[in-house]
Formats: sequence, structure tokens, C-alpha cells
Amino acid sequence: MSSLQTPLHKVRGLGASHSGTGHFWRQRITAVALVPLGLWFTFAILGLIGTNEVAILSFLAHPWNALLMAAFATTMLYHMSLGLQVVVDDYVHNTGMKIFCLLLIRFVMIATTVTCIFALIRIAAST
Amino acid sequence: MADHPQRPGHERPLSPHLSIYRWQVTMLASITHRATGVALAVGTLVLAWWLVSVSNGPEGYESFMSVATTPIGLIAMFGFTWSLTFHMLNGIRHLAWDMGYGFDKVTATKTGSLVYILSLVISVGIFAFVWTGHAGYLQ
Repeated sequence: MSSLQTPLHKVRGLGASHSGTGHFWRQRITAVALVPLGLWFTFAILGLIGTNEVAILSFLAHPWNALLMAAFATTMLYHMSLGLQVVVDDYVHNTGMKIFCLLLIRFVMIATTVTCIFALIRIAAST
Repeated sequence: MADHPQRPGHERPLSPHLSIYRWQVTMLASITHRATGVALAVGTLVLAWWLVSVSNGPEGYESFMSVATTPIGLIAMFGFTWSLTFHMLNGIRHLAWDMGYGFDKVTATKTGSLVYILSLVISVGIFAFVWTGHAGYLQ
């Protein structure tokens, strides 16, 4: 039986999701990156528990730590939006509600990312 | 004659058939992976709040700590610690599957139990580490 797909559509291979394997692959790439970043985050937080605000400020003001914290927050928030999208795709079947949820996830993701980076810049500038 | 399954409006069972499935480690780990992921999404907001509170100077940080060190705050912190540990360990399990390792029934069941045990041991260990005064080494 001949296919209803045009040759161009087949070559693009994006399928019903319009994004092919992009979502799956990005979820994996961010997951791999989050293993070392998450371990560093745990090391950093444990090292800062029980210290004071000055110690936390000077730790986060250090360029390497600021960079790693920004990388951790950004990667985790991106991974989060990809993951929450799957939850919405699975459980929300009303199209309008689905679009609302997906927009909300992305807006919260971007707002939180920008907030984290702005706070890190403020911390770096304050010391 | 019994109800015709194709009749419109007839309630047909929808997958996942949670009420008739026998609970297994593999399915529980899958659900827990999703649940811990959603919990960690809330955790990212707490991380942002912590960073903002630190950037706001001593009073800002005090306000964060006064909430984080309440009993409910500490329970939430333990929840985030266990969620991060579980999600990371089970995430590694998923990445191994993606590469074609450990996807057979016996191995997947064993690693599922292992992830539960290890995540509990590690997160309790982390709290014991903090409780016995070993944290704060970055002073």
C-alpha cells in the first residue's frame, strides 16, 4: 500500500508531534548533564548548611560557583519543563486546557530561570 | 443479552488498569520517578527563592531560614533530598535502559528495589551527616 505521507514529510521524519525525537533526545541530554551538576549542587548545599549568610554570599560570588549554579538551575529547569510537558500530555486531554498548562509550564520555567540568574548576578555584584 | 461493549456511553475500562494490576517494583518505581520529578519542580521554585533571599542580604536570608527550619520546612527539605536522590538514581537506571542495558524483567526488578533502598540510605545518610555537625565545610 502506498503511503499517504509525501516524500518530503518522510525525509523530515517529524511525525505527529511535529518535533520528531527532539523532545526525547533533549530530555536525555539534560539528564546526563544533571548527574555531575546535581552531585556538585549536593556538595555545595551540604557545605553551606550551618554556615552564615556571608559564607554563602562569598561562595556564590565566586565565578566558578556562580557559573555552575547557573548551569545547574538552567539545565534543571529545562529538564523540568520537558518532564512536566509529558505529564500534561499524558493526563490533560482537553485541547484548550492542555495549551494553557503547556504555556504555564514554559512561562514559569523561563521566569524561574531568569530569576535565578538575576539573583546570581546581584550576589556577584554585591561582594 | 449482556451489555454490548461498543455501545456509545458504555463505560469501558481505560489503561492503566490500576484497580486490577498487581503492584510491582517496576511500575511503582516508574510512578515514583514521575512523582519525585513533579516534587522537584516545586523544588526549583524553592532554589530560586533561596538564591533571591541570599541576594537580598542578611534580612532576606533570615526570612528564608525562618521558614526552612520549621518542622514542616525540614520535612519538605527531607522530601526534596530523597526526591533528588531517587530521581537521579532511577534516572541513571533509565539512561542505562536507553543504552540497552538491564532492561530484562529480572534485572529491572532488582535495580528497581536497589534504587529504593539506596535512595533511602543516601538521603537518611545526608540528614545524619548534617545532624552530627559534619556539614558546613565550605565556611
